[in-house]
Amino acid sequence: MKIHEFQAKEIFSRYTIPVTREILCFTPAEVTSATETLGLPVVVKAQVLTGGRGKAGGVKLARTIDDATQAAHQILGMDIKGYMVEKVLVAQGVKFSAEFYVGLTIDRKTKSVIFMASKEGGVEIEEVAKNTPEAILKFPIDADLGMTPFMARKIAFALFNDFNLVKQATTLFQKLYTMFLETDASLAEINPLVLTDEGNLLALDGKMTFDDNALFRQKEIAALNEPTEDEQKEISAKEKGLTYIRLDGSIGCMVNGAGLAMATMDLIKYYGGSPANFLDIGGSSNPQKVIDAMNLLLSDKHVKVVMINIFGGITRCDDVARGLISALSQLKIDIPIVVRLAGTNSKEGLEIIKQSNLTVVETMSEAAQKAISLCKDCAKQAPYLSSISI
Amino acid sequence: MSILVNKNTKVIVQGITGRDGSFHAAKMKAYGTHVVGGVSPGKGGQTVDGIPVFNTVEDAAKETGGNTSIIFVPASLATDAVLEASEAGIELVVVISEGVPTLDMVKVTPYLKKKGTKLIGPNCPGLISPDESLVGILPGNIFLKGHVGLMSRSGTLTYEMVYQLTNQGLGQSTCIGIGGDPIAGLYFQELLQLFQDDPDTDSIVLIGEIGGDAEERAAQFIKEYITKPVVAFIAGQTAPAGKRMGHAGAIISSGSGTADEKIAAFESVGVPVARRPIEVPQLLKEMMHK
Repeated sequence: MKIHEFQAKEIFSRYTIPVTREILCFTPAEVTSATETLGLPVVVKAQVLTGGRGKAGGVKLARTIDDATQAAHQILGMDIKGYMVEKVLVAQGVKFSAEFYVGLTIDRKTKSVIFMASKEGGVEIEEVAKNTPEAILKFPIDADLGMTPFMARKIAFALFNDFNLVKQATTLFQKLYTMFLETDASLAEINPLVLTDEGNLLALDGKMTFDDNALFRQKEIAALNEPTEDEQKEISAKEKGLTYIRLDGSIGCMVNGAGLAMATMDLIKYYGGSPANFLDIGGSSNPQKVIDAMNLLLSDKHVKVVMINIFGGITRCDDVARGLISALSQLKIDIPIVVRLAGTNSKEGLEIIKQSNLTVVETMSEAAQKAISLCKDCAKQAPYLSSISI
Repeated sequence: MSILVNKNTKVIVQGITGRDGSFHAAKMKAYGTHVVGGVSPGKGGQTVDGIPVFNTVEDAAKETGGNTSIIFVPASLATDAVLEASEAGIELVVVISEGVPTLDMVKVTPYLKKKGTKLIGPNCPGLISPDESLVGILPGNIFLKGHVGLMSRSGTLTYEMVYQLTNQGLGQSTCIGIGGDPIAGLYFQELLQLFQDDPDTDSIVLIGEIGGDAEERAAQFIKEYITKPVVAFIAGQTAPAGKRMGHAGAIISSGSGTADEKIAAFESVGVPVARRPIEVPQLLKEMMHK
């Protein structure tokens, strides 16, 4: 889960990690008064849940109150990578002499939390990682020991020569690590961490993302979530035990298991079709889940044919079949459905759907090809259907 | 022969009184696995499908000689169950539970290492050595005893692949679902080495997916250490970037972890990558005759 910069910095503040003085604003008038409160100069920054704000013109320095108000007019309402800017952060302008990067994330290879630090702060870290990977120092943190003072010092010495700064950084790094663990973060990043003209370290910008699997025990964090319309649909699906991601094709997919669901999408593309979604109904499926899944698929008007690919393991094919039969009787379904059932209790499942008008096939290749051919037939009928609806 | 589990494996089921735990304990037993005991705190003394239930893993292990455990408890309790098994001296712990917080896995990793406990999962379907032992939720009837070693980040896709192999008469020595989470137990490298060392495994199928760089590292490892033929498959070739595809690990971001990069990594070390599941058996046969 992602949060905004201003939210990340509120969390930083809770851990007494120094951040710029700043005020969140929703209107140009609020920006004007925030600028008066903070004093000039200020930086007006778009708050959107995507990167690349600066490049898109969503971050502006203002040396006068008029400049700040004008920046607010320009930035509020702006579209950044499909995200509408609804709020801006007005931050006090700070004079600094150096910019650094520090960040914590989870490293799959060492199976530990890893601290990343670089003297190349203030630029996109992904670029640094690509062009000069040696400029990013990595320190795996032993989970049993945590962020010991010596380790924090070691990282600090890699960035600073002045011992006073090393001392400041050591405390800051320990706080950052504690914050990372206590909030179940998957990323916590300060970029840039600046050295101000007064000789202090300050987080000028901050970014945090969190482990979705841990949100059940992070109620405060979970409450910060601002899902987009598509994400809202994904979340309500999740509440029903379904993992759903809308795509732009016409073949609605219902599959058990994430890997098989991806392979199913791949196969549809391979044969020349296009999947309308990723939908994993998970394991342990009860018939209700299948009904919910079918409802979800049918709510997407682009779906012209449904392809169901189930390989039973913990999921039992007879459960799925029962769900399908109920779905057929409860929902008004006027598009073709191609079904493939294999694995646990597939015989029982196939027996249950024998009497229905579902198109039953044996393999996933057949299912994909059949769905595509039925979809092509739908496409031919489409003008006719739309003329009826008018 | 096979790897990790065999005829001598004695299984303890943690969470045996739950819906999934009891269902799959019975399934494993029916397959022929020695399911020697179950654990469910407060329910010691009961039996499930004739399997004795204990309050602690330690009791279960002492009484039954169990050396392997399989965990079906809710995700929030899963790592505590792993630690309990490890502390009790269980050699191999298989975690089926889905949705385990990543930092919980980070926290238990050093202890498991210290105790020498092997972990598979979480968020995995378990493993099977056909006709010997099934420790997981895999549908036993699709497997065929033979000499292909298979490892996969995805559960149901494993079944799909095995189904293709079995249909073509290619039996399996051991099949392992390693799980779809960012932090998991035994991974491609360790398993490749085990299959390399297993005299009963002739060839290897590796099923990866988008996200992370485990496949790229596996490719490098194959180049350096593996002499047996390997065929790969990567799920998520058409997945959009930045989206989490069900598996927490299956997310492409910042231009790394894409299917194209992984396919290129394998092909550059001479490991053919099937574009469709159905191509795997054919590629495997071609590799075997090289």
